[in-house]
Amino acid sequence: MPMSINERPLSPHLQVYKVELPMLLSGLHRITGLALSVGSILLVAWILCAVYSDTAFVSMNKFFGGYIGQFVLFGWTFSLIYHSVSGVRHLIWDTGSLLDVEQILSSSKMVVAITAVLTLLAWFLAGGFPGGGA
Amino acid sequence: MKHRYRTPLSVARGLGSANHGLGHWWMQRLTAIALVPLVLWFVVSIIALAGQGRAQVLAWMQSPFHGVALCLFLITALYHANLGLMKIFEDYVQARWLQLTSRIAASFAAVFLGSAGVFALLKLAFGG
Repeated sequence: MPMSINERPLSPHLQVYKVELPMLLSGLHRITGLALSVGSILLVAWILCAVYSDTAFVSMNKFFGGYIGQFVLFGWTFSLIYHSVSGVRHLIWDTGSLLDVEQILSSSKMVVAITAVLTLLAWFLAGGFPGGGA
Repeated sequence: MKHRYRTPLSVARGLGSANHGLGHWWMQRLTAIALVPLVLWFVVSIIALAGQGRAQVLAWMQSPFHGVALCLFLITALYHANLGLMKIFEDYVQARWLQLTSRIAASFAAVFLGSAGVFALLKLAFGG
């Protein structure tokens, strides 16, 4: 690579900005999307186990009842709900609404709050965690 | 500066070089909109199924409404995931060969997972 290209000033990157909630949520949207893509393997595995094999279904349930399984499932639940709530905000942005800085800051807090409430609600309605896993 | 091959009219129409400029964005939003009710249905269903045995899970998968909804959820989610993964590979994988390989592998994986899931559900629904 010629030196003249190397000496060009770089455009400002992540580290020059103060960390703000909206940028964290933007990154989290991608990370949870990636996690859900990998997690789709679990969904298909669950369907295949249920349809084809009694023993496989039982051992899968046993795995998801254990500590590692509960951790994975909780991450799956959180990722699905966060990505959905944040995704709805993206769809609202697509209509041209909520794009002022103030609105982005306040809706970011709303996304966090709604995600927290829905994740915990779904988790405890489904009977997860207490007792380490049933 | 390279010579521009696109005419001013084609730039103004904004359809991209092969009329597919909007395709990725549009399909991502279309699947996102479809996934809003599907995710709601899925979460509510899974809460109801939690702690149930295999027989109840199979009865749920076999019912026409839930069976179709599960197929739609699976296909739509995998399509949406594949679109998102393509963007991630484009943004973070520098080497062209690795980027292409990742995209091809992700697409094949999505089609394989979708086919395996839908085939199992159809086999369950129609017996055999």
